[in-house]
Amino acid sequence: MNEHAVRWKGPGLTRVPLDVYTDDAIARQEQDRIFRGATWNYLCLQAELPEAGSYRTTFVGETPVVVVKDGDGRIHAFENRCAHRGALIALEKSGKVDGNFQCVYHAWSYNLRGDLTGVAFQKGVKGKGGMPPDFRKEDHGPRKLRTAVLRGLVFGSFSGDAPPIEDYLGEEICARIERVLHKPVQVIGRFTQALPNNWKLYVENVKDSYHASLLHLFFTKFEINRLSQQGGVIVDASGGNHVSFSIIDPAAADASYQDQGLRSGTGHYRLKDPTLLAGFKEYDDGITLQILSVFPGFVLQQIQNCLAVRQVLPKGGQRAELNWTYIGYADDTPEQRTARLKQSNLVGPAGFISMEDGAVGGFVQRGIAGAQGFESILEMGGGDASSSDGRATETSVRGFWKAWRTHMDI
Amino acid sequence: MVNLLALCAFNSDYAQAIDNDSLEQWPAFFSENCHYRITNAENEREGLPAGIVYADSRAMLEDRVAALRDANIYERQRYRHLIGIPKIESCDASGAVARTPFMVARIMATGETMLFATGEYRDRFVVAKNGRLLLAERVVVCDSAVTDTLMALPL
Repeated sequence: MNEHAVRWKGPGLTRVPLDVYTDDAIARQEQDRIFRGATWNYLCLQAELPEAGSYRTTFVGETPVVVVKDGDGRIHAFENRCAHRGALIALEKSGKVDGNFQCVYHAWSYNLRGDLTGVAFQKGVKGKGGMPPDFRKEDHGPRKLRTAVLRGLVFGSFSGDAPPIEDYLGEEICARIERVLHKPVQVIGRFTQALPNNWKLYVENVKDSYHASLLHLFFTKFEINRLSQQGGVIVDASGGNHVSFSIIDPAAADASYQDQGLRSGTGHYRLKDPTLLAGFKEYDDGITLQILSVFPGFVLQQIQNCLAVRQVLPKGGQRAELNWTYIGYADDTPEQRTARLKQSNLVGPAGFISMEDGAVGGFVQRGIAGAQGFESILEMGGGDASSSDGRATETSVRGFWKAWRTHMDI
Repeated sequence: MVNLLALCAFNSDYAQAIDNDSLEQWPAFFSENCHYRITNAENEREGLPAGIVYADSRAMLEDRVAALRDANIYERQRYRHLIGIPKIESCDASGAVARTPFMVARIMATGETMLFATGEYRDRFVVAKNGRLLLAERVVVCDSAVTDTLMALPL
């Protein structure tokens, strides 16, 4: 316990103080303790850095970061902040540099490792001006991140305390990443959603297998997802990483929705053009939906043949950004690629089964505007944060708070 | 006659159908085997094929309207389209290829009004047997890659 304005009333995970979504001091501490703390943050796909000098700019929390591949194929990441006056070093979302980056403001330059290598007019002009003789370039530079590449995913960490990426994820999560990213991928589209809510509300939504068939009626009406399907939730030992998966069983009797008179159970309709969902079998295990998250803000999604990674970034305390990168495999046939493009109607800002997720966080944010000191309830499926066979549970949401409290020391 | 005025009148009707909540009329502006996609300038520049909406038939657009009416949950909202003058790239008796700028404001039930999207329609029009203009292809290229909250109604 410490100086936090937010008070957790007990050690448990079944109540969450609503102030965690509104308190500015919490939002600032998260930058330090979570995003720049002992965590691994998704930066980009390895496939997005095809050549030596290829770079992308992104964020770790709200800290701008450059990710770049060097001539030896190694990937480096460093803060996108010039050591001189703090200006952005790279302005574009992506590009290619020839061995070094140069800040536009005063032309200080950096190599691909983020080392300061050049200071314009360091020795002055015609013997006048210049930096003092004791100025050492090696004493200055943007902060560097450790990087780790796992199955084509590039992660970065500002902290020396984050364990190796495989240990951070745990064996089960690694296996589920490998299940989807077992061969080279290609980016097929990028979209960003500006979310009117704190970043944690979106991450909780991703981990919340309870809401899926209740909020997303498209899912239910087409019998893509019902809680009575086979499936389960895996939560790793830290609590912060999870996998939710389901296997469609068309024969399964399903009376639980009708019995409770739930909105989701009423009526069915058929697609006039069923090719929207026409897919092909590409995984032997029969899993048609796998949603995987890595603390703090990474998601890997397989919904039938629709594959994507998502990056959740805070933008101030009460706004967030969700970056979608849609992917296919590099060896897709044209027919497979078309199937992915059509199924991508399910996801993204206009997705039949994901558009609601862009809005519900905002409903919470607006709903709690006057609720300082109140709590939310996370008791579905009990009080712990362990793996579960069923999906009518909030176990992985509790897992998120377990990890969050550990990092935040609250 | 396929000419500038005909395309302008078409776009005016198109905007009215969406903005006046006559969504059921919207698919009828397209040919049966149409392509409709909403994407952004960055994806177009890089040749990335995905859309946030991706349809290759009019039936798919009808399904989207059905889902918006009966399945999807979103706050009550309206659009106001301002569609500019088409830049015609080619035009003959059988159809036309044109690029047309648009701006769309979104008006929420709370009264909040925002500039929701700007961009360009990249269109291929055909003339149907009954003489009516139809869209064989409309690629909606948004200038920004960012969508606020969600996109329920079509652009």
